[in-house]
Amino acid sequence: MSSRRIFARPARFAAITPYVWMVLFFLVPFAFVLKISLSQTAIAQPPYDPVFDLTAGWETLKTALAALSIDNFRLLISDDIYVFAYVRSLTVAVTATALLLLIGYPIAYGMARLPKSWQAVAMVLVIVPFWTSFLIRIYAWINILQHDGLLNQILLTLHLVSQPVVWLSTDSAMYIGIVYSYLPFMILPLYATLAKMEPALEEAAGDLGAPPWQVFWLVTFPLSLPGVGAGVLLCFIPIVGEFVIPDLLAGSNSLMIGQTLWLEFFTNKDWPVASAAAIVLLVVLLAPLLLYERLQKRQLEQGR
Amino acid sequence: MRKLSRLSRFNIAALTLGLAFLYLPILILVIYSFNASRLVTVWGGWSLRWYHEFFNDRAMIEAAWMSLRVAVSSATIATLLGTLAAVALSRGERFRGRTLFSGMLYAPLVMPEVITGLSLLLLFVALNAERGFWTVTIAHTTLTMCFVAVVVQSRLGSLDRSLEEAAMDLGCDPVRAFLSVTLPLIAPAIVAGWMLAFTLSLDDLVIASFTTGPGSATLPIRIYSEVRLGVKPEINAICTLVIALIAGVIVIASLASKLSSSQGESAAPL
Repeated sequence: MSSRRIFARPARFAAITPYVWMVLFFLVPFAFVLKISLSQTAIAQPPYDPVFDLTAGWETLKTALAALSIDNFRLLISDDIYVFAYVRSLTVAVTATALLLLIGYPIAYGMARLPKSWQAVAMVLVIVPFWTSFLIRIYAWINILQHDGLLNQILLTLHLVSQPVVWLSTDSAMYIGIVYSYLPFMILPLYATLAKMEPALEEAAGDLGAPPWQVFWLVTFPLSLPGVGAGVLLCFIPIVGEFVIPDLLAGSNSLMIGQTLWLEFFTNKDWPVASAAAIVLLVVLLAPLLLYERLQKRQLEQGR
Repeated sequence: MRKLSRLSRFNIAALTLGLAFLYLPILILVIYSFNASRLVTVWGGWSLRWYHEFFNDRAMIEAAWMSLRVAVSSATIATLLGTLAAVALSRGERFRGRTLFSGMLYAPLVMPEVITGLSLLLLFVALNAERGFWTVTIAHTTLTMCFVAVVVQSRLGSLDRSLEEAAMDLGCDPVRAFLSVTLPLIAPAIVAGWMLAFTLSLDDLVIASFTTGPGSATLPIRIYSEVRLGVKPEINAICTLVIALIAGVIVIASLASKLSSSQGESAAPL
């Protein structure tokens, strides 16, 4: 079949432009991050001392390689601020992802049990807030959580508290913000696997005498694990590097790594340290990133 | 009716609470944007005062204009590139570097924005590019084309390949078969991809902060610096306008895709 062979070519042809684009603007930049993370900080514009200049030829490259410094990485390990920031980022991400799973699962489960025609509506309803700006959604919560905001007003009128509670600049505010922003990312993959599940399986377990919680725990939950995996990764990875939410909602006494990176870059103008922090963050996230890619590829390339 | 009975009380409660949790904060924000009182917490009657304030705020308007231009151009480029990437990937055959290609496309979906932003900035500095409209547009294109690729690819995956093959058996060359058979079928997904790219660009704070230059702030950058200083009713008005814009784009696009594909099921926005 000669048409099959012609058929094969356009795919390669189609790939060229996006391929070159991604190499140039996604892959190559990491080389620069790596290079600058190994440079010395300098008070200059741009604020780092370039370690090597490829245009100067291989001879200089050799001397330059000797000048590479891992000082920035040493600083990251020795300075408590960074160690704490990484630990905190991971703890926040684990806690928030667990909360998201606990809150998202019942919602996704409810969606999957709706009649078919309602399911589409429910899915749109879950997606729409995702379309409204991240920043706006965080701002909406600042409105509610501020000192004389709606939440405190309600609590006071109901006499649940005697004076306004401080919500802003606390971890609870941050967790509310994270759960609120990432909820659609958790619900959608969960819903996708739950909706595909054969209802007869649950019914059979029930008919054989299993109480509802046992049906859920022994049948529904294990079958939904692929969705759980996708949802967890989809939330966990970006939360580790989250900047906006902790910056606007959490207190400033303990920072997440995204915040320290931002601070080093914009406030201290220490590009090499910021780059080193980015590299470490990337290394921390490498395993979950690879796992996520495999899941994503399997889902998209083998059809749903 | 049996279907309805599968819904337990617990299911209904979870759905109601979940949707309320998702929508109430935005609703409150919109309502308070019409509040006449300067104090965000005191209701002073309905008023358009803060919208006036916004339209007289030159810096905000400029930032909004910048954001709109970036969003439209980056979404358009991203849709082109993302669709091409999706087409390349959905054909089962291997080509050199295919694994790397798909890896590069899926990683930005979850990559923390601080990393993407920082790395792009360092590239622009190394290239000595003047930072502003184009650097932000390139950065946003890089991020959003991956989302477009995923949306289009999932549509292509559910497509019946034999349609295109039939067109070729009837004498179309592959390009023509693609343009006249496949493209119309995936059009709703392409539209959805464009919308997603548009809203993601309009929304982005972190990557834009890294890649923009002095004097060309985008709307989120402006909003962010105002929000850091506290709640201001004008911000509520701006946010409401952005929400209205995005809602408008969604409604128009879903109507358009409904018209263009009355027979096929509409593409999921994500």
